[in-house]
Amino acid sequence: MGLTMTQKILAAHAGETSVKAGQLIQAKLDIVMGNDITTAVALKEFEKTGAKKVFDQEKVVIVLDHFTPNKDIKAAEQCKACRTFAYDMKVKNFFDVGQMGIEHALLPEKGIVVPGQVIIGADSHTCTYGALGAFSTGIGSTDMAIGMATGEAWFKVPSAIKFILTGKPAKWVSGKDIILHIIGMIGVDGALYRSMEFVGDGIQYLTMDDRFSMANMAIEAGAKNGIFPVDTKTLAYVQEHSLKEPVIYEADADAPYDEVYTIDLSTLRPTVSFPHLPENTKTIDEAGHIAIDQVVIGSCTNGRLEDMRIAANILRGKQVNPKVRTIVIPATQQIYLDCIRLGYAEDVIKAGAIMSTPTCGPCLGGHMGILAAGERCVSTTNRNFVGRMGHTESEVYLASPAVAAASAIAGYIADPEKIVGGND
Amino acid sequence: METVKGTVFKYGDNIDTDVIIPARYLNVSNGEELAKYCMIDIDADFVHKVKTGDIIVATKNFGCGSSREHAPLAIKCAGISCVIASTFARIFYRNAINIGLPILECAEAANNIDAGDMVTVNFDTGIITNETKGKTYQAEPFPAFMQKIMAAGGLVTYTKEKMEG
Repeated sequence: MGLTMTQKILAAHAGETSVKAGQLIQAKLDIVMGNDITTAVALKEFEKTGAKKVFDQEKVVIVLDHFTPNKDIKAAEQCKACRTFAYDMKVKNFFDVGQMGIEHALLPEKGIVVPGQVIIGADSHTCTYGALGAFSTGIGSTDMAIGMATGEAWFKVPSAIKFILTGKPAKWVSGKDIILHIIGMIGVDGALYRSMEFVGDGIQYLTMDDRFSMANMAIEAGAKNGIFPVDTKTLAYVQEHSLKEPVIYEADADAPYDEVYTIDLSTLRPTVSFPHLPENTKTIDEAGHIAIDQVVIGSCTNGRLEDMRIAANILRGKQVNPKVRTIVIPATQQIYLDCIRLGYAEDVIKAGAIMSTPTCGPCLGGHMGILAAGERCVSTTNRNFVGRMGHTESEVYLASPAVAAASAIAGYIADPEKIVGGND
Repeated sequence: METVKGTVFKYGDNIDTDVIIPARYLNVSNGEELAKYCMIDIDADFVHKVKTGDIIVATKNFGCGSSREHAPLAIKCAGISCVIASTFARIFYRNAINIGLPILECAEAANNIDAGDMVTVNFDTGIITNETKGKTYQAEPFPAFMQKIMAAGGLVTYTKEKMEG
């Protein structure tokens, strides 16, 4: 019996020639990552282990991105504790305000994560790096602490679901629409404890930013990880961003899969997740007239340069509806700089929207765009749970940057095709 | 491990970590402080009613969403002795074991136990007894490796004992 792509990477890092689903293994870690919220807990647990140093100063990554720039005194104290720990432990990849970006956009951009690695991060969206053909999964603060101390973590080897993507998506259908469609199809626990392996000739039409969005939301289907095969686009991305050598793994032809889905990307439509679960999807054609108060374009799901380009192209020369507060957040300093250089920042600001410094801020209801009772937001983020972006009686509708930008102009959930036409 | 006994707080499917402990309270990492806001966005009465030893029962995918360990920590520090669910989201499952919050997967128990029932849990046998209704249920036992982590009180102590060998 063959191995899935995920199983091959895990076997190699556990020093095993083969593994099987359900087996408990101890694997060596290439990267251990945390943010200001989770590292604040992890460093206390790290101290309890009695370890005096981290297992490898190059392989521990700490990014202060959630409540930064510090949103209040308590957040400032947490960031201070993380900063002190990072300096004391001589953590090479420590990113503070000025260097930091949203972790899951930042690590690939900085070339820290590459194909073939095993990565754990104390943030559920750590599964993002599966876009590069790495095994990458979210864990909690105690796992992060033990990972920092020992360079290892325990895993239950997952079984997998295969998604065969065929065909070319239409103009306004992005990676975000594809993953929302999939979550709508299998549900928020449809891939619980399992890998989502994406394959098929449709992948060639997906940019790296599309793939990052898709792998990012694997957790919203309950998955342990989402993973893409390594192709020429992946290798070009890695060559541009990293000095590290990629290691390419492929699933065996006879690898077992619990389920196999074939999805013709050419049939998909822009898709929106209605409150209060990512699985509550409707196509843009089924959305009805939903008036909105806010739009957020950003986050680890959709704050990359391509997302900014799509939003700027739609907003350019137009005005957002005056009743819609439109908040655009490039995910990293580099993306922010590119937005200025390419004129996207000007497009956004002239349209009556704002462009903010990188932060996770509004996505998790931290700061920079909290909702009041009864307010509705179209957001390119990843969760629309009760109270996620503010008051428990507020509502979040998850969508692509194109739908979000079009909705900002319209004042209600809108099809980009109807706002700018199909030839933009 | 011991037996626990408590009154049940009952919840449904997909209880996410944002409602267990909303992000607006994550600017602290102290368990006792977090416990003051436990379950606040789904059950504002929880913190006023919960007593040490009480039990949370929920259906599928409990603890989905964010990886915040603050969620099982808040539940543990609120005095909850065990969480029983049909299924747990995987990061919550891992975090609960790692911090020593007892959890059990048992769909039959989750579907049949109601709010306010008095329930006992025997962690050695995995037997869940609903004393109010006079019913018993058998939970799946944990793999030996995870039982060792739980017996040590969590992953830190377990690892420390191993490191000191």
